[in-house]
Amino acid sequence: MFAAFLQYLFSGLTSGAIYALAGLGFAIIYNASHVINFAQGEFIMIGGMATATMVAAGVPIYLAIPLAMVASMLVGVAMEKFAVEPARNADVVTIIIITIGASIFLRGAAQIIWDKEFHSLPAFSGETPIAVLGATLMPQSLWVFGISAIVIALLWYFFNRTMFGKAMLGTSHNRLAAQLVGVAVKKVLLASFALSALLGAVGGIVVTPITFTNYEAGIMLGLKGFSAAVLGGLGNGTGAIVGGLIVGIAEAMASGYLSSAYKDAIAFIIILFVLFFMPSGLFGKRGTDRV
Amino acid sequence: MRNLMKWGVAAVVVAGCSTYAGLANAADPIKIGSILSVTGPASFLGEPEKKTLEMYVERINKEGGVLGRKIELVVYDDGGAGEKASTFTKRLIESDKVDLLIGGSTTATTMAAVPLAERNEVPFISLAGAVVIVEPVKKWVFKTPHTDKMAAEKVFSDMKKRGITKIGMISEDAGFGKSGHDQSLAVVKSYGIEVVADEIYSPKDPDVTAQLTKIKNAVGVQAVFNFGFGQGPAIVTKNFKQLGIALPLYQSHGVASKDFIKLAGDAAEGVRLPAAGQVVPEQLAASDPQKPVVTAFKKDYEAAFKSDVSTFAGHAYDGLQIALAAINRAKSTDKAKVRDEIEKTSGYVGTGGLVSMSPTDHMGLSPSAFHMLEIRKGDWVLID
Repeated sequence: MFAAFLQYLFSGLTSGAIYALAGLGFAIIYNASHVINFAQGEFIMIGGMATATMVAAGVPIYLAIPLAMVASMLVGVAMEKFAVEPARNADVVTIIIITIGASIFLRGAAQIIWDKEFHSLPAFSGETPIAVLGATLMPQSLWVFGISAIVIALLWYFFNRTMFGKAMLGTSHNRLAAQLVGVAVKKVLLASFALSALLGAVGGIVVTPITFTNYEAGIMLGLKGFSAAVLGGLGNGTGAIVGGLIVGIAEAMASGYLSSAYKDAIAFIIILFVLFFMPSGLFGKRGTDRV
Repeated sequence: MRNLMKWGVAAVVVAGCSTYAGLANAADPIKIGSILSVTGPASFLGEPEKKTLEMYVERINKEGGVLGRKIELVVYDDGGAGEKASTFTKRLIESDKVDLLIGGSTTATTMAAVPLAERNEVPFISLAGAVVIVEPVKKWVFKTPHTDKMAAEKVFSDMKKRGITKIGMISEDAGFGKSGHDQSLAVVKSYGIEVVADEIYSPKDPDVTAQLTKIKNAVGVQAVFNFGFGQGPAIVTKNFKQLGIALPLYQSHGVASKDFIKLAGDAAEGVRLPAAGQVVPEQLAASDPQKPVVTAFKKDYEAAFKSDVSTFAGHAYDGLQIALAAINRAKSTDKAKVRDEIEKTSGYVGTGGLVSMSPTDHMGLSPSAFHMLEIRKGDWVLID
């Protein structure tokens, strides 16, 4: 009985960590500009696809990973330069819609550059399941947990301890004031896209051995990541992690103890319930608008 | 004013063309219209289908065509969307004035086109799987692929042979998997098999160990059957091995491609699934009438496109052959005559199996069209 519970928990943690890692990517751009970047899932896909195709073509994995990360960053920079920056005076909502357009474009481009097949990567440390009290966990899941933990620590350090990170936060709070005190606002936005593309690529690379990847893998990861980020509080790294884990564990427990038919419904009910009482998410700052 | 002139001229030209098209003579091409999901989520179906149709139409034209007339193929890409399929079918019938329709890569796009084909009385050969396309029988609609019901029957008869009476099912909660799941439940009882656990997953779930744990703990379960396609079945197979479940695992014909073995890796060892002869041409018995057909098709396709042949490409090949044979027998492209001849198709040996249609069976495949395969050492092994 306990073994089954533990297995449900591991299942939930595995899915949850994947959602969390996807959710983290939304934080950076949101913090810099209050824009929700709906192309975040595509950054994840590009990271996974680029690494998988390079590895399949014989490039050693330790070379393929940094190359894929750089490629993804370049896509992020290009997206900011050619799609977002020309509309910099537009509403946040307009820019969000632009990111949706960019995501469709990137999916189409991936379909042409690569193909429509599924691709996989070998697991980083083998495929021998780790047995814990009758339940099993794949070593790759531990990689996902570990990378998520490292990413959140780095994000915290970046936003709280570095000048550039603080400048980014400052820009999101008041663009004009930030500009007046000497923050290069344009550069901040560009850097935020580059960083979140990089983060997306990292996520895509570690989850590919578990979920596989293809040109539209970003849709699901983006959507679940977005749910995780909203549940945890947009722009908050810890929030995205907790949000992702809650969604993942809720899904697994629902399929284990109720029925797999209800698993998505249960996750959404939890999200709705939380947002009903805490509209800015579990860890989000209460938003106030001055009239 | 000049614009008006231009339109006027255009209108006259168009009108002229259409009256010309009305007076079909022997030199006119035979027009075959096709709606396929060349892009979008079902592109793994539509793309090989389109390539196959184009390759064979070109070849047949080089050899002189059919009834001394060339074939003209008009393909529209519906991107997997039903409403687009419907619009394009309308265009094919009304402005392209096609003699026959082949296509509808998915059940959804096919069903969107069915009412139009029926209303305009155009013969329509679908390339999609679900049984609803031909059951109940629709006068103008035929199909070439196997149904999910046949796949389920093949799996259950193999289970019965192994003495399995209690199984767990895990199915994808969308299109193909859902239909397969429902068809499975409809026929499972007649094989004396009881479904003791019935779980589902969403097409893009990253992990299904929770569902599999539940199945593993179901009382008396002797085998597990997974209905789905895409990456889902590969994840199910990997999770199955992760949990160390020592039961036979069955997959559906939806994953009968080398990609599945590649994705699932070692975990795929011992997995059984039903598949058409097209998947294993070299393993078919020499006496199998399908052997020369599937061997030749595999050779043609792989030489032309440098990629592995898929059963989906075979469905398009069968559709085209059945259609052209019917036109040949009808000695015209008169729609009603062609329809009657398609219905009279008998003993056609295709990539999908032996096809003999009748007024009550617009698919015509016998159950023997499916073979049972097992995955051993990363390759298919023909079981029966």
